[in-house]
Amino acid sequence: MEKTGKKGNAFTNNPIVRAIGVQRIVVVLAVILLAVFFCLMSPAFRQYSTLVSILDYSYYITFMAIGVTFCLISGGNDLSVGTGMICYALAGGYLVQQLNAPVWVGMIVTILLGLCFGVLNGVMVSIMNLPPFIATLCSMLITRGLGSIITGGLAVSWPSRSSEGGWFRSLFKIIDKGTLIPVGFGIVIIAVIVMTIVLNRTKIGRYIIAIGSNKEAARLSGVNVVKHQMMAYIISGFFAGLAGIAYAATFSSSVAPGTGAGLELDAIGAAIIGGTSMTGGSGSIIGTLLGVFVMSLLKTGLPYIGLQANWQQIITGLVLIAAIYIDVLKNKRAARK
Amino acid sequence: MGEVILTMKGIDKSFPGVHALDHVDLEVRKGEVHALMGENGAGKSTLMKVLTGIYTKDEGTITYEGKEVEFHNPREAQEAGIVIVHQELNMMNHLTVAQNIFIGREFKKGFLIDDARMNEEAKKLFDQLGININPAEKMGNLTVGKQQMCEIAKAISHEAKVIIFDEPSAALTETEIDELFKIIRDLRAKQLGIVYISHITEECTKDDIINMMVGRVIYETPKTHSMVASDAPVVLKVEHLNAGKMVKDVSFELHKGEILGFSGLMGAGRTETARALFGADPKDSGDVYINGEKVEIHSPKDAVAHGIGYLSEDRKRYGIVVGKNIAENSTLACLKNYVKGIFIDKKKEADITQKYVDRLKTKTPGIDQLVVNLSGGNQQKVVVAKWLVKDCDILIFDEPTRGIDVGAKSEIYHLMNELAAEGKSIIMISSEMPEILRMSDRIIVMCEGRKTAEIDIAEATQEKIMHAATLR
Repeated sequence: MEKTGKKGNAFTNNPIVRAIGVQRIVVVLAVILLAVFFCLMSPAFRQYSTLVSILDYSYYITFMAIGVTFCLISGGNDLSVGTGMICYALAGGYLVQQLNAPVWVGMIVTILLGLCFGVLNGVMVSIMNLPPFIATLCSMLITRGLGSIITGGLAVSWPSRSSEGGWFRSLFKIIDKGTLIPVGFGIVIIAVIVMTIVLNRTKIGRYIIAIGSNKEAARLSGVNVVKHQMMAYIISGFFAGLAGIAYAATFSSSVAPGTGAGLELDAIGAAIIGGTSMTGGSGSIIGTLLGVFVMSLLKTGLPYIGLQANWQQIITGLVLIAAIYIDVLKNKRAARK
Repeated sequence: MGEVILTMKGIDKSFPGVHALDHVDLEVRKGEVHALMGENGAGKSTLMKVLTGIYTKDEGTITYEGKEVEFHNPREAQEAGIVIVHQELNMMNHLTVAQNIFIGREFKKGFLIDDARMNEEAKKLFDQLGININPAEKMGNLTVGKQQMCEIAKAISHEAKVIIFDEPSAALTETEIDELFKIIRDLRAKQLGIVYISHITEECTKDDIINMMVGRVIYETPKTHSMVASDAPVVLKVEHLNAGKMVKDVSFELHKGEILGFSGLMGAGRTETARALFGADPKDSGDVYINGEKVEIHSPKDAVAHGIGYLSEDRKRYGIVVGKNIAENSTLACLKNYVKGIFIDKKKEADITQKYVDRLKTKTPGIDQLVVNLSGGNQQKVVVAKWLVKDCDILIFDEPTRGIDVGAKSEIYHLMNELAAEGKSIIMISSEMPEILRMSDRIIVMCEGRKTAEIDIAEATQEKIMHAATLR
């Protein structure tokens, strides 16, 4: 990344390359290569509707991944975002479908529930000092069970596009006389910009980086470690809530209990592909967004070349191994310097 | 004489089994540098930790600016104007220099952090100190010396009135030390009270000396000549060893029954040399001969098979399995000799363990005692036992007495001398000058990954070693 040091080749020493970061350039190239590859392999892939469905896939992953990026940078992790997202969407949708609450109430409840679990994760990690991996693994189980209990084990449908309250789907995709307009991408861009500023230009972000870099030093410098570590998980919970809404609005006509497990890996994978370190202290939101495109291109593209769900999982797993290995190598090199 | 700004009177502190501070007095005056010296483990750091509230004192009073105070944590002390520049630096490597200096009190513009202004303010601080560091550089890219300058800048920006330097020179090169002393003189001119902790006598005769009243400094008698016969066979020969950036073209020989001291500053590449030799880190090139035969060592397993044992400086991480008992630790390196069928032969394991507990005089209620419950010195003995059980002839002691209290220290020294007399060959890496001069038969000095000197103990002096350790 930026810290390639003084040695290196002409490419890594180029000031423009250094400013953008080698890893980000590589990820952009990977996105382009993947897109070109799928376009060449499958005529059906070369359609505007495919682009829109790639974007549809990307929204909920992006939201989860932004939250998880904060947890990773703080030196932790959040495994509960996948099942959490489904749980919050189930609870919100249940209110709308079964109790006839207005859609906006369902959306607010979805986000509030996300915040609650964010606080829970934050309390476990920063106050009770549980290892983040285990703590959020437990809340992953809890949200998975809770989602089923709320709906009595049944799937929940948020209002369809034509029915009353279907307007919320237009927040992410407008269908105007058959033309698809992916407005959700605008929301994603806004979220990325805002969270990039939060990470790099506010105290919350600065302290989260500091804690992930050297927790003891941050504490001795007078940083409120408990509060800011908790903030990372609350941000993650909030974005898992947003992801729940995006999932309900774009990805699926109905939300089924028990479907979220494994989706957290898409988010964590996207963050790591985007250059966020597994060991904390460094990472970027823009990198994460690029990582999301790698993940959603794979998810959307692989079926076009005839590889179905099981193969997708294998390939996603392999891509993650590669991304984490790169992170390990980077840390090793930094340690030898 | 300057005005008294800080007085510590009758400070007493005990830990289980150790009387760390025995009614110590300390007076710090404005515009003076106070040297605080003594052996490692003499209680210098403990005294400073009591001052800044990391430890609570058992007895005594602290008076600061005319008022009796008691700080509960370093933050409170810092707010009052007492700052420690630590030996182990407390820096966040992923943040920039300016971000580190102003952490916890960032300049803001509305909601946003004003990094530009922080860089400017940091620049001003550096100008004031006459040092040249780019405030926007990532902390992790700086040398240890430069990082220390940043800590000093941070202390000054806190409007510190008393600055405590905790063994600052341990990791610095000669030019960096000169730079540091210049800064300290400037700070003195600005009427700050300065405490300078060191165990290097040469540095400490500057202003006035506070004797530690601890009375448990062990008397050091340096060796005057090598204990090894001149015709002792070479058991280990290392030629042109290269590994990463920290080990460059290192060659040396180790004789039977010899204690070969490795001296140098922190980060000189001594541990890295040992780890590369032991196969714990990959080596890029170089040959290793044991008893004249060339051997290939690619992993610790290979090294152990060739009779090399490594006692890490970080015992808890690399040396022992703290949650296991003495017997389990002792046979760890050669468990296969202590199995019957598929089961561990508990009787045989107990016998050999007891033998080495007796021989090394390990203080323990029994061999089934968990290692975590032993003192540092006795843990070290368990590690030694592990390698002796394995029949290792070459032992690498990396900082053998780090974190070991003074009494146990001399026992470890005694043990090493005994092992050498029995014909074991020892490589001892140590950052403590008295330890190097007391124990070694021959001394190799390293600096920045290179061997800069090889000195026979008969000719060795502190000055010679320090000079070689700071050769660029």
